Formats: sequence, C-alpha cells, structure tokens
Amino acid sequence: METKRTVFPNKVLPYLFVAPQLIITLVFFIWPATQAVKSSFERADPFGFSTQFVGLTHYIRLFQDPLYLNSIGRTVMFAIAVTAISMGLALLFAAAVSRLIRSSQFYTTLLVWPYAVAPVVAGILWWFLFNSSTGILAYMLRYFGVIWNANLNGTHAMILIIAAAAWKQISYNFLFFLAGMQSVPHSLTEAAAIDGAGPFKRFWTIVFPLLSPTTFFLFIININYVMFDTFGIIAATTNGGPNQATNILVYKVYSDGFIGLNIGSSSAQSVVLMLFVIALTFIQFRYVERRVNY
Amino acid sequence: MASITLTSVKKTYHGNVTAIHGLDLSIEDGEFVVLVGPSGCGKSTLLRMIAGLETITTGEVRIGNTVVNRLEPAERDIAMVFQNYALYPHMSVRGNLEYGLKNRGTPRPEIDRRVLEAARILEIEPFLDRKPRQLSGGQRQRVAMGRAIVRQPKAFLFDEPLSNLDAKLRGQMRVEIRRLQRTLGTTSVYVTHDQLEAMTLADKLVVMNAGVIEQIGRPLDIYADPQSLFVAAFMGSPGMNLVDIERLRGLVADLPASIPSGTGTIGIRPEDIALDEPATPHFTISATLEAVELVGSESLIYANAQGLSEDVVLRSQGIHRGNPGDPLTLHIRHEVLHSFLRETGRKAAA
Repeated sequence: METKRTVFPNKVLPYLFVAPQLIITLVFFIWPATQAVKSSFERADPFGFSTQFVGLTHYIRLFQDPLYLNSIGRTVMFAIAVTAISMGLALLFAAAVSRLIRSSQFYTTLLVWPYAVAPVVAGILWWFLFNSSTGILAYMLRYFGVIWNANLNGTHAMILIIAAAAWKQISYNFLFFLAGMQSVPHSLTEAAAIDGAGPFKRFWTIVFPLLSPTTFFLFIININYVMFDTFGIIAATTNGGPNQATNILVYKVYSDGFIGLNIGSSSAQSVVLMLFVIALTFIQFRYVERRVNY
Repeated sequence: MASITLTSVKKTYHGNVTAIHGLDLSIEDGEFVVLVGPSGCGKSTLLRMIAGLETITTGEVRIGNTVVNRLEPAERDIAMVFQNYALYPHMSVRGNLEYGLKNRGTPRPEIDRRVLEAARILEIEPFLDRKPRQLSGGQRQRVAMGRAIVRQPKAFLFDEPLSNLDAKLRGQMRVEIRRLQRTLGTTSVYVTHDQLEAMTLADKLVVMNAGVIEQIGRPLDIYADPQSLFVAAFMGSPGMNLVDIERLRGLVADLPASIPSGTGTIGIRPEDIALDEPATPHFTISATLEAVELVGSESLIYANAQGLSEDVVLRSQGIHRGNPGDPLTLHIRHEVLHSFLRETGRKAAA
C-alpha cells in the first residue's frame, strides 16, 4: 500500500508537530525506565544520598528469594485463572448475544458497562460483596458452611481478586469476541447446519476456529492486563495479603520499593516485568498475523 | 433422491411484510427446476425455506413423503450451494468435502471413497490439500459443488451459484452443472436472476415476481407462450416489445381480426419482426432507425415508429449496416402476436 507523503516547506515545523508526543514519551516512559534499569544495578542508602554499583546482585538475590518465587507462582495462578474465566465467560456471553436478533444492542450495552469502572472501584465493589461481616456473598456462603474471610484466608483473598479482575475484563473480551463472531459469514454456519452440524458442533468446528486470531490477541492482552492493570484492585482490597497470598509481581514492585524502600530490588523486579512485556509484545507482533487460520 | 412438494407456502416477516404469497409447486424426482425472477421476488427465500434456513409461516413443504416444516436443515437431507460458496476457510478442500459426512458418522473408508469420487468427477483432485483461499473462483465453485455431491443428498439446492464468476466461466460451469445433474439424476432446485441460465438449465422453469409464481413450464414453452406481461418482458434478452393496442391501431389500419377483445397490450418478440417482406399474412409499420447494436452473429436494431411511446427492438441475423434516421419498414406476421388483457396483464384467450 502506498502511503501518502506530505512534504513540509518548513524544515522545523514537522519536528514541532511531533514534539509533544516525543516529550511525553521521553519524560514519562523512557526516562523512568532507564532510571529503573540504572537503579536495579545499584544499592542506595536509606536516605537516598549515595548509591553504590552492585552489578547483578539484586537479580541474583531476587531469584533466590522464596518470597519472590512465591510471588511468581501466585502471579501465574492469578493470570491463568483471570484469563480463563474472563475469556471463557466473555465467549459464552458473546455466543449468546450473537444469537439474539432484537435485544442484542441492549445486552451489549449492559455487558460493556463494567469496562468503564476503574480497577480500584471494581476491587472495592467486590471487597464489599465479599466482606466477612457485611458482604452479601460472604453472608450467603455461610449457608453452604463456608466461613468466608478474605482477611485471614489466603485462598479466599485470591478468589476475591480473581473475581474482581475477571469481572472487569469480561466486557473488553466480550466486545472483541462479539465483533469477531459477527465477522464470520452467516452462510458458513448455514452451510454447516445443512452439513449436519448442530449448534454446538457449528460453534466449535466453524466459528471458534475462525475466531482464533481474536482469541490469540485477547489472550496476550489479558495476560498483560493481569500482570499490570490489576494493581489497583489489589491496592484497594488485599494489599498483597494475607501472608503474601495475593502479592503478585506488580504489587510486589510497589510494596518492596515504596513501602519497604528497597529501591534496588524493586527496580530489578520492574525490569524483569518490563522484559516480560517486551517478550509478550514481540510474540504478539510476530505470531498474531501468522496464527490467522485462513 | 426425492420429489419436493410445496403446498400453499407462505412467508411473512414480522407479521406484516409478506415475501411469499401462498405458493404451490411440485418438483418431480430427478427434475431440474429453476426459479427465476428479479431481485426481491422471493425466489431465494423460497429456496431457503426448502433448505430449512427460513421458517415457513404457513403451508407445507414435503421432501419425498416427509413434511419437513419442523425439521432442522440437517434432518432434511439436502445439500446447498451458496452464492459466495460458503467454503470453510480454515479447512482444506478435503476437510470441506468430508465435513458433512463426518457429522453424519459415515465410516472412514466410505468417506475417503466418496471424497475421491467427487474430486474425480469435478476434477479437483490436485487441490484436495489446499485451503479455499489458494483456489481460483472457478475451483472454489467446484469445491462447493463437490461438498454437495459427496453427501448424496435427496436434493441439491443452488442459490445463484454462478453469479460470482466471470461470463466465460459461468457459461462453462452452466454446462457442467447440467451434465452433472443429468448424470447423478438428483432432484435440483436452482435460483437465478439470469434468464439465460434459467432457459438453458431448467427441465421446468418457474418464473416468480413479487412473491407469486407468474408461470410454470418448460423453458421453450414459457418463451414461446408467456402467460403474462411480466413473463413476456422478463424472459428473453432483449425482452418482448410491448405495445399499447390503441397506439398500434392508430399506426396500423389492417390489424388482424383475431386479436381477442379486452386486449390492452400486444407483445412481439424482437426476432419476430422482419425487415424483408414475408409470404404469410402480415402487417407493416413504418419507422426510422434509432441505433444498431452489432453483437457479431446478429444485430439488434432499435427503431422508432411515430406514435409509439417506446422504441421497437428487432433482431436481425448477420450484420445490419444502417445509420440513424434511415427509414425502415417493419413486417410483422399475424401469428407472432401475443395479446395481453388490459385488466389483468394475463394472456388473452384466443
């Protein structure tokens, strides 16, 4: 495809046009990132007056630290659960709505609302629902013999943040799945119906395979979301507790750095996370095109 | 293989828009029936109702001896070829052909045998392991046909299957579809808006307009003896010349006495107007030449006669050399006239 080139008569003007974007990127992204990389190789004194180069010490310690390894495990569990639940439910809802003829607009609108809720608010909402003394869900669980207390029980705390994080992400996944399903030509499912496939078979053998680019895209996006954007949910609810049960990587960066004031280790952790995102982004750009099934 | 019978079939959308107005049609076992009509006449809707992709508002559709109104498309044992082919893009050609058989639990050796046979008949063996996107339009069309024939269904339903092909390929595929259907002897219903396809393919032609059947018959019978103004104008390219009888009377003193009373419009096929004087009884119209279209083997001549609202088209063999404004004498034999009633537009009884 040929791109249209605009030639500016003034040599300086084009740079002025891109300057705001460049400045923002440099000041708020590139500069802090390089600072993080730099301080991950340094040890600072508690007051920040002096720093000392320590090489890879922080990184080596990190991967020997049982708390950090525990955090990786928690993050993996959290990521798998949130991604599976939010994508699974979103797929189910999208399949249901795409079968509707008249009220699909209405349902779509309702299903998209949670996306407008900030992570912190989503966290608080679920915190209230699951509150051990006033929460309605905790109250109902008592009838099933579950003494719910997310403040004391690590599993309960994990379920709480999984619910909040997945609930919020369903909207986003739903929209993409719905758009994906609507782009599958109607005649394909009709042909499959004539070919003797029932609704479930049609979905799993025709629609779902054709959705694979969407599914793969959403998978990457959801992992990214779980790894970073869920910070607000945890900050508003469990603060990583009880006993490290919900201390996922992104929250640990914050708590070690800004609460524990271990800037060096915190920086090393954020560099590890940064590498992870770079890898994910690379995979996405590299394979998302190729995974297209047709 | 089976017959298909439609009895008082009606389709209404949202309770008020009627697409099909109570229609009766019987299709014999092994017959090739073509539904033809302009866009929006309900022919595709009717086909989709037979397929089970549209509900039947009232009336009854039978395939063989079974009433299929309430059956799922899969249970009707029919195969359909779609206008856009509707090949499964993520499956190979082989996968596309196998899909329907696998869903029906056909044993593996039988699947392989039928797929290879269909591929051989349609000459798509070299492409069995390709994806549909790697095929040309004509090859995709063949795969779509293959998907229909491997199933060995009771009937084939074709929904404008050739309209995405270029003219030359369309002609080839038309011949092949006809030959294939003759060989297999499977009952077929074919929807098209192209009257040339309709004429050449059909055993029985059904001309539809605005949700009703205008005429059913063998293609040549319909061409030779259209029962309504709509059919007269729709079938044939160019269509029949339709002339108001009063205007014609003003132009021609010696119109034949055999024209039935109540006639409002006279129709004359373009090939029935001669420039040379015939031996049989005829009348003449003086006209001037407006334009000539040279098709190669024949010429279409547009002539203007004083007093007629529209140009008269006539078909003349060979190449007609003439310039606009040349005087012409149009000879029209008495027996070629088609009379249509003023009131209803139906053919006037002689």
